[in-house]
Amino acid sequence: METILLQLLNGLDKGSAYALIALGLTLIFGTLGVVNFAHGAIFMIGAFCAVTLSRLLNLSFETVDPEKLDFLGNPAKIKTPYVEAWFGHDFGHALIDWAVPLAILFSIPIMIAVGFIMERGLIKHFYKRPHADQILVTFGLAIVLQEVIKYFYGANPISTPAPDAFKGSFDFGAMLGFDPNVIIYPYWRLVYFLFAAVVIGAVFSFLRFTTFGMVVRAGMADRETVGLLGINIDRRFTIMFGLAAAVAGSAGVMYAPILSPNYHMGMDFLVLCFVVVVVGGMGSLPGAVAAGFLLGILESFSSMNAVKSILPGIDQIIIYVVAIIILLTRPRGLMGKKGVMED
Amino acid sequence: MLGKKILGLNKKDTRFLLIVIALTLLTPVLLQPFAEGSELAQFNGGYPDLMQKIAIFGIFAVGFNILFGLTGYLSFGHAAFLGVGSYAAVWMMKLLTMNVIPAILLAMVVSGLFAAAIGFVSLRRSGIYFSILTLAFAQMSYKMAYSVLTPLTNGETGLQLSLDDPRVLDRAIEGSSLPVTNIFGLAMNASHKVEVLGRVFTFNVGYYFCAVIAVIAFYVAIRLFRSPFGMMLRAVKSNQQRMTYTGLDPKPYTLAAFVISGMYAGLAGGLLAAMDPLAGADRMLWTASGEVVIMTILGGAGTLMGPVLGAGVIKYLENIFSKINESVLHSWFHWLPDGIEDVVIWVFARFTGEGWHLTLGVTFMLVVTFLPGGLVEGLKRLSKRIREGKTKRDKYDGSDPEHHPAPTKRVAGE
Repeated sequence: METILLQLLNGLDKGSAYALIALGLTLIFGTLGVVNFAHGAIFMIGAFCAVTLSRLLNLSFETVDPEKLDFLGNPAKIKTPYVEAWFGHDFGHALIDWAVPLAILFSIPIMIAVGFIMERGLIKHFYKRPHADQILVTFGLAIVLQEVIKYFYGANPISTPAPDAFKGSFDFGAMLGFDPNVIIYPYWRLVYFLFAAVVIGAVFSFLRFTTFGMVVRAGMADRETVGLLGINIDRRFTIMFGLAAAVAGSAGVMYAPILSPNYHMGMDFLVLCFVVVVVGGMGSLPGAVAAGFLLGILESFSSMNAVKSILPGIDQIIIYVVAIIILLTRPRGLMGKKGVMED
Repeated sequence: MLGKKILGLNKKDTRFLLIVIALTLLTPVLLQPFAEGSELAQFNGGYPDLMQKIAIFGIFAVGFNILFGLTGYLSFGHAAFLGVGSYAAVWMMKLLTMNVIPAILLAMVVSGLFAAAIGFVSLRRSGIYFSILTLAFAQMSYKMAYSVLTPLTNGETGLQLSLDDPRVLDRAIEGSSLPVTNIFGLAMNASHKVEVLGRVFTFNVGYYFCAVIAVIAFYVAIRLFRSPFGMMLRAVKSNQQRMTYTGLDPKPYTLAAFVISGMYAGLAGGLLAAMDPLAGADRMLWTASGEVVIMTILGGAGTLMGPVLGAGVIKYLENIFSKINESVLHSWFHWLPDGIEDVVIWVFARFTGEGWHLTLGVTFMLVVTFLPGGLVEGLKRLSKRIREGKTKRDKYDGSDPEHHPAPTKRVAGE
């Protein structure tokens, strides 16, 4: 029981990341009809937004303290970050400490801008081209973005810590009345899950309860009719592309403490997230979210020793096995709609 | 025989094949145009390793094109077959003999079977689903090669030859050092250097072996493109529904195309192992699958020459670009004023050396956006423009605004 609960929790944070990226992919696919291979790169850029902000906040100047000596006997140099000098030690320190959550605010305008530029500058020209061309050009774009990030940040992963308040783990088992020290779960992963839940809830309620969302949903169902009713559906779809980029970007920001950002993390996630989207059903938003969590949790369960001893190596391939089985038995995925991508 | 078809090819194709044969045979000379030690010697591509790669990846891309170019099914997992072929070939060398012929045959058979199994499942879906399924299978093979199948693949170290291998046929003649791959005693890494006019040409056994196989593979591809079978595959691409309505089942045709192109990939993998007897799982990584897609598209999908051209251009540029570093750039632009020189070098350095992938990505995007037919289409447009300049335009020309309806285009790929 304890192990099952533990694996369930472990699956949640990865599942959250899958769900957030898959949600954006499905939004783009459902609105614009474009298969976006560069979406993983957006996730990666989000993670590097966190890195950038934490580096910016850590910019410091050096002062020489004549009182203290370092181990060579020279006067010690003390680094003081500018923010600490400007805003006082406590507030400045808190700013640096909370760099990752703050980076969400920092990343949203950036990601929306990136989304707009991508859509208006490149993807717009590919609406009438075959899906294969869309895949290829966004694949090329993903390589370019990846290389640009690699140039600025280098090839090595950059560790980006979570705020001190969320460091360490808490004993989930003791809370539920199990033996202590069995189910231990890092705080930040819980934060990530809650964050994902909030974002997913926000996106869904935005689509369901606002007029804008209603128009977008109508456009997803029948773009032409909505256009004939005198609504500029293209502009709304562009905004949805920006929104999808912001969702993936903030997912990347928050994931930075869990996985140190490196330039190829986007591609690694993208392959899995395509599988997630296909399992959930092309064009179905609830399907993408459900499949994201489902596959994240399945992946975590299959890494249990009990499972691995029966089926060795299953944890590496479980996602692909599930995807193959589902595609062959339920061709439209778990919640796919009729008539989407059925050429 | 004269006036009839030679080897089943018509006159135009025969001439085309002869040109290809001449080009492949002369590659060691053609890729070595600059004198040794001169400023431009770094652009020489005539060393065995690069030429072998060009021939091998040419085969890979030609095979990929049989599937993607003809049927339109975009596989994102073709590198799996290449990897399987490599493993099979190395195993043959470990168990039986260092002669490359059995190794390559086994590579083709194993990858063909593997492709049949994967194709049977993946081809039940089309479009983006097919791409994702093949991608999933390839990633699965990659992960399995690293984990469960370690006894077969030797995990992260990669499969290598060792002195304890049985090598049943070679046991008697084997010395105390690792044997080299050969074809009936002729070692693959043997080369003959000829110096003419300050240029050093390397004629390498391995390259010529690859080249002969590449020409055969290319010949088979021409026959396939011109056959009724090739016509069926084009029918699958242009309108599968209509094909079904006329009472034809597309499945056997697409599956056959998938298996054939898998065997081409396996052949390429086997040749890679024959040139350098080791096999690693990173050959199956999905970026490797992406690379062959890029080669094919860059050259021109659906055309005969395109994939070979794409493979050659990419492998050549990859080698040359990766070698250009800042000091080389400095020696080129030293005549510029200092400030401008720094800027120019900075810009160029982003695209060369380690930035090769950036160049690749940008080129690929530009080709997909502006030249969907690839380099072959670019060359065609260019030659058309040159010819148009010379000949008088007639009324069937596309540029005639009064002509309604517009003259029909010829079918692409012919």
